[in-house]
Amino acid sequence: MRHSMDHRKLGRNPSHRKALLRNMMNSLVLSERIETTVPKAKELRRLADRLVTLGKRGTLHARRRAFALLSDKETTDKLFATLAGRFVGREGGYTRIVRTGYRVGDGAELAILEYLPAEEKKAAAKGKRKAPVKKGAEKPAAGKKSAVPGEKKKTKAPTSREKETERKAPRSPRKKVGEKSK
Amino acid sequence: MPNPKRRGSKCRRDKRRTHKKLSQPAVSTCPQCKSVKRPHVVCPTCGTYKGREVIEKTEA
Repeated sequence: MRHSMDHRKLGRNPSHRKALLRNMMNSLVLSERIETTVPKAKELRRLADRLVTLGKRGTLHARRRAFALLSDKETTDKLFATLAGRFVGREGGYTRIVRTGYRVGDGAELAILEYLPAEEKKAAAKGKRKAPVKKGAEKPAAGKKSAVPGEKKKTKAPTSREKETERKAPRSPRKKVGEKSK
Repeated sequence: MPNPKRRGSKCRRDKRRTHKKLSQPAVSTCPQCKSVKRPHVVCPTCGTYKGREVIEKTEA
């Protein structure tokens, strides 16, 4: 096993990879949320965090180093103007990666890479343990169709879960039998 | 060049292959819409993940 792998090569030569990551950095800073493959997102995450670190430093030198990465004046300005201020109280981990499914064309696993929103920090600190209560309260607001199962869940949550587990158990052997017969 | 002395039997060949099988994909239920989904992935039906973090606004 080859340890000490520094980074993914993403199937590209160094210049191509640099250009790809630069494009993706610019897109991420501009739109704050991009959808790519999981390996690309994980590779881009470190650069995205480094950009914010430079932005928070705020010096002219940091600005020049950020510009060297981005080579785009507009995104550099945005980084130092808005993104740096948003993450003042946070040390690292400015991004989030959430898997979203598989791409149709080539079956690559996709993920959304995004900068955390500004209000996320306070909400996460206070809201994490109260989350179940808030969930029930906010479900109707999310959408009419989703509200109906949400309301059912409040009352029947324990029983429905039991039913699901009961259903699961017989189902999986049935599937296996079906597969074998095919 | 050394060679096998005997042709392998079907029985041995098939027994060798008993370990070559497909496994069930990992499955979990979405806490929001209770539909079946893959774990650690945004729910494809309601677009939520970890509570009410709506990633995709899929209008069904």
